[in-house]
Amino acid sequence: MTRAAAAARENGIDARFAGRLGDRRNGFSLDIDFTAPLQGITALFGPSGCGKTSLLRCIAGLNRLPGHLSVGGEAWQDEARGHYLPPHRRAVGYVFQEASLFPHLSVAKNLLYGAKRAGTETRNGAPSFDDIVALLGIDHLLERAPEALSGGERQRVALGRALLSRPRVLLMDEPLSALDRMTKEEILPYFEALPQALGLPILYVSHDIGEVSRLADRMVLIAKGRKVAEGPLQALLERLDLSPETGRFEAGVVVSARVAGHDPNFRMTRLELGGQPLSLPQADVAVGEDVRLRIRARDVGLATQRPTGISFRNVLAGTIQEIVEEPETAFAETLVEVGGQRLRARLTREAVAELGLTPGTPVFALIKSVAFDRRALSAAHGEGREESSVGQEAPHHVQQQP
Amino acid sequence: MLDFAELWSPIRLTLELATVTTLVLLVIGTPIAWWLARSQSRWKEAVAAVVALPLVLPPTVLGFYLLILLGPEGPGGWIAGLFGGRTLAFTFEGLVIGSVFYSMPFVVQPIRNAFEAFGERPLEVAATLRASPWDRFWSVALPLARPGLLTGAVLGFAHTVGEFGVILMIGGNIPGETRVLSIAVYDYVETLQWTKAHILAGGLLIFSFLVILTMMLLDRRLGRRLGQSTP
Repeated sequence: MTRAAAAARENGIDARFAGRLGDRRNGFSLDIDFTAPLQGITALFGPSGCGKTSLLRCIAGLNRLPGHLSVGGEAWQDEARGHYLPPHRRAVGYVFQEASLFPHLSVAKNLLYGAKRAGTETRNGAPSFDDIVALLGIDHLLERAPEALSGGERQRVALGRALLSRPRVLLMDEPLSALDRMTKEEILPYFEALPQALGLPILYVSHDIGEVSRLADRMVLIAKGRKVAEGPLQALLERLDLSPETGRFEAGVVVSARVAGHDPNFRMTRLELGGQPLSLPQADVAVGEDVRLRIRARDVGLATQRPTGISFRNVLAGTIQEIVEEPETAFAETLVEVGGQRLRARLTREAVAELGLTPGTPVFALIKSVAFDRRALSAAHGEGREESSVGQEAPHHVQQQP
Repeated sequence: MLDFAELWSPIRLTLELATVTTLVLLVIGTPIAWWLARSQSRWKEAVAAVVALPLVLPPTVLGFYLLILLGPEGPGGWIAGLFGGRTLAFTFEGLVIGSVFYSMPFVVQPIRNAFEAFGERPLEVAATLRASPWDRFWSVALPLARPGLLTGAVLGFAHTVGEFGVILMIGGNIPGETRVLSIAVYDYVETLQWTKAHILAGGLLIFSFLVILTMMLLDRRLGRRLGQSTP
């Protein structure tokens, strides 16, 4: 065990579960261990049916599998010693896929349900009712019945209800997947603001790599009930060998860039990526701000010479670092170093052969500006993210519908 | 002239019997319904069948066995002995016991259905919000099952009011003690007192209609309010 892992065991979330869930016919075997720090968003990512939701339910105590679980050095489960805390004794906040508000209670009473039961001992800097209500923008809904809310409002109330139960860790089980696209965009900024506003670690289950790329700092990759890899999000996204799990078609990397300026005439936003300019359709971000940008592998092309007379706005000089050809298919995945960061480009094997690409080849990465959709850009929240108090900053939406 | 005191006695007795029976049934029927809705036990359906038995059993058969159970030779007689009596048969208490068995399925089934309808999710949510199992039952399960509890209470009450065969077997016809409405109507018809029979029968007809109507209206209103409860 490395020192970092040992530290995570002491100060973070340390989980290991192994066993079978369900009956013999529809049963499901899970064998996963992972650690997560007590800050930031850790995504549990994998395809539907891979066991990520079961894993989350085990952490909440809703399902029981042999194993152990400690959070911040406090043992919640240690089957070897016969120790098991039932769900209501675990300080988790759980946001389900459907908001699952109590239909017989008003919004305010839903919010207070967990708060009342969590006890009065205040965790240092635990947010107040008013803080949470303001953070989630639900103050105008308090007297309503859950049935009178929209899908997005419901999910925000469910989130507030979980947060008010004074959790040590927030568990979110595909909280966006039951919502339509527009509503997702409405809610994502609130999610993004959470770690900074509350200093609360989040385990976020999702099968949408776009969502994960936008929100997570770390990722645990899961397939068929087993862990495939875990680590910082950027590093895992750059690993070409994980393509089958991170999704070939949607695969891509996340890079950090700084906002250099806006062009109001052409409605473009200029970013700076490792000293090179990058343009995308106008986004609502402040000049000088650090942002994270998701660039999909299939949106990137490579040229061995700087092309001229081309509509592609973005031409970034770089060097090929790695090429993985996918046997029996037309495709090859490449990793290109650009100003200290890495892009992925999905090419055909034919193109790789024709251009004579090998690791070390200097290339120009071409990216269409229109390839960046509204979800690609989000506020930067790197590893060194600082905890700060609630309410200092409303969740800002970096890209709004014009 | 009509003697209204004579007519009022069976009405009051019937209302008392139905009220006490309904309360007893809500208290013991709700845990049974909860167990039937949640348990994984393989005895579950056997217990459910026993609860439902009065639906198909001729009331006289049920009454016959109850008579034996409540009589001096049965456990009922033993219990009566504790209070200085000889038997629970032909007493108001005996009628309550008989009615509880007789009306049990009408109370347990709607409550069980209500418990099953909202599924595990609300209870899981409550658990992650620090509610203990007992707390979850009171703060989530019971409020969500309210339409079922109401239906069960109304059906149990109405069914007890209409009870005849069982009471005939275990209660007889003691004015003020076991002479309930249905027995009184039967008695008046037997003795050709048609006016009195008409008053009581007509009253029961209107009562039954109002009960069913109220229940349907309540059901619709509550169903709308709690419409979100099922995911």
